[in-house]
Amino acid sequence: MISANLAAIFYLVSGILFILALRGLSSPDTSRQGNYFGIAGMIIAIVVTFLSIGNFSTSLVIVVIFLVIGGAIGSFIAFKIPMTAMPELVAGFHSLVGLAAVFVAIAAFLNPAAFNLGNLGDIKLASLIEMSIGAAVGAITFSGSIIAFLKLRGIMSGAPITFSGQHILNLILGIGIFVLIFYLCKTQSTNIFWTVIIISFLVGVLLIIPIGGADMPVVISMLNSYSGWAAAGIGFTLENTALIITGALVGSSGAILSYIMCKAMNRSFVSVILGGFGADNSTDDKKEKKDQKPVKSGNAEDAAFLMKNASSIIIVPGYGMAVAQAQHALREMVDKLKKNDIKVTYAIHPVAGRMPGHMNVLLAEANVPYDEVFELEDINNDFANSDVAFVIGANDVTNPVAKTDPKSPIFGMPVLDVEKCKSVLFVKRSLSPGYAGIDNELFYKDNTLMLFADAKKMTEDIVKNLD
Amino acid sequence: MEIDPFIFRLSIFILSIFIGYYVVWSVTPSLHTPLMSVTNAISSVIIVGAIIAALAGTSESIFNTSSIFGFIAIILAAINIFGGFLVTQRMLQMYKKKKDKKK
Repeated sequence: MISANLAAIFYLVSGILFILALRGLSSPDTSRQGNYFGIAGMIIAIVVTFLSIGNFSTSLVIVVIFLVIGGAIGSFIAFKIPMTAMPELVAGFHSLVGLAAVFVAIAAFLNPAAFNLGNLGDIKLASLIEMSIGAAVGAITFSGSIIAFLKLRGIMSGAPITFSGQHILNLILGIGIFVLIFYLCKTQSTNIFWTVIIISFLVGVLLIIPIGGADMPVVISMLNSYSGWAAAGIGFTLENTALIITGALVGSSGAILSYIMCKAMNRSFVSVILGGFGADNSTDDKKEKKDQKPVKSGNAEDAAFLMKNASSIIIVPGYGMAVAQAQHALREMVDKLKKNDIKVTYAIHPVAGRMPGHMNVLLAEANVPYDEVFELEDINNDFANSDVAFVIGANDVTNPVAKTDPKSPIFGMPVLDVEKCKSVLFVKRSLSPGYAGIDNELFYKDNTLMLFADAKKMTEDIVKNLD
Repeated sequence: MEIDPFIFRLSIFILSIFIGYYVVWSVTPSLHTPLMSVTNAISSVIIVGAIIAALAGTSESIFNTSSIFGFIAIILAAINIFGGFLVTQRMLQMYKKKKDKKK
């Protein structure tokens, strides 16, 4: 049994270790050390909690058993999950944080004495507000993340689901939550507390269903942020510094990521949240009526020939590479090209893929050195001096329309200047437009060669032809 | 007049948001995915509340309505803690390997 003051100091230490964990991520060299700081902070927080309760009865054994069960499941998932499934894994993890926040809030509400918050039916006003906000945000995080998970996993269609009056309904429900919390504080009624949680679950679902697949980077970042605010709300209830610091860190982290993602698409956060963008993208494969414009298409042999005669190549990966799991084949191709003294670099658009940094992780998995991978602003000027751009599974992020046509829905979005390369190789399954539902001018340029195939198969074929 | 302890917690909270703001902006974009998984893991420090709730049961009835929610929350948070840190480690390890190879 340690004193409350000593415990509070240890919680502060663990909060600082969490800050260092994030700080470590400023470069890949320090990142692993950062992760160890994070683990140390977590161990300190858990051990101090046990010590400050000082209840070493049978229930402690059961707590440890539950911890081990959860730990075993978590470890199993962490080792088994393929890197391509990372977006849905993160969404799934967010849902667990949200649900845990809801459950802790419920436990505190039902047994406030255990947390020194008063008695059931007579909980301190501030604590009641804090725990109901924590529970509401946690519930929104949980159900929102479940929907995001289902969409990313492909169990639910990535197409936006919209109906009339959707936003008004959300607004009413949102206001309803606040009104209910107000009455909860007046009456301390258990039923109102449950109603708040149920409505919040509903709001989470309604918030995410209208948002389409390619806006997922924003959604995941936003849910990341919510999970932080939920944790902070619970932190205030429990008067726990570690939880308050962590909640604030995670909350601002998610908010910054959402901001970066929105900026990379030149869209406002509000417009992403309102959703409905690219509503008919699920049917685009069927309507290929744009054949009137001439398109040059080629095969693996042509592509291999072009690349062999190039001196510098920039690779532009996108979500299509993740879907086809083409990263390893791509690495193999690049290795062969490098043997011929060709300079190869990678250009990554911030919203390529389904979550922030998605492409970087996949390339890292395929053993691509991280100093060959560049962000948009660092490499965009190099396209003009390069011979070949190899676009694999990306589309909208290369569309020159964003720079030229003010009427286009993606106008103003920063894009990769792929068209400035001497020649462009475009690996794609068909001529269908991308997520934004607009045609890519690049397909019809004289210096573009379309390679119609699955990204992985095409890359493998090119590898064969490079010998 | 004495200052309510709530104000101190609020101060910590707001200062932490500022720390978070500057720290996260310094994270390199190529590590944004590990950033998400590690923030996930650390926000599971909510397990602290779950443990308090779970241990609040009396010795006669370890499982009462309140502590059961605590026990379930322990499992959920533990999945996240182990899963989050390990998967982050796995990802960061990949960034490392390349470095070794280059030397």
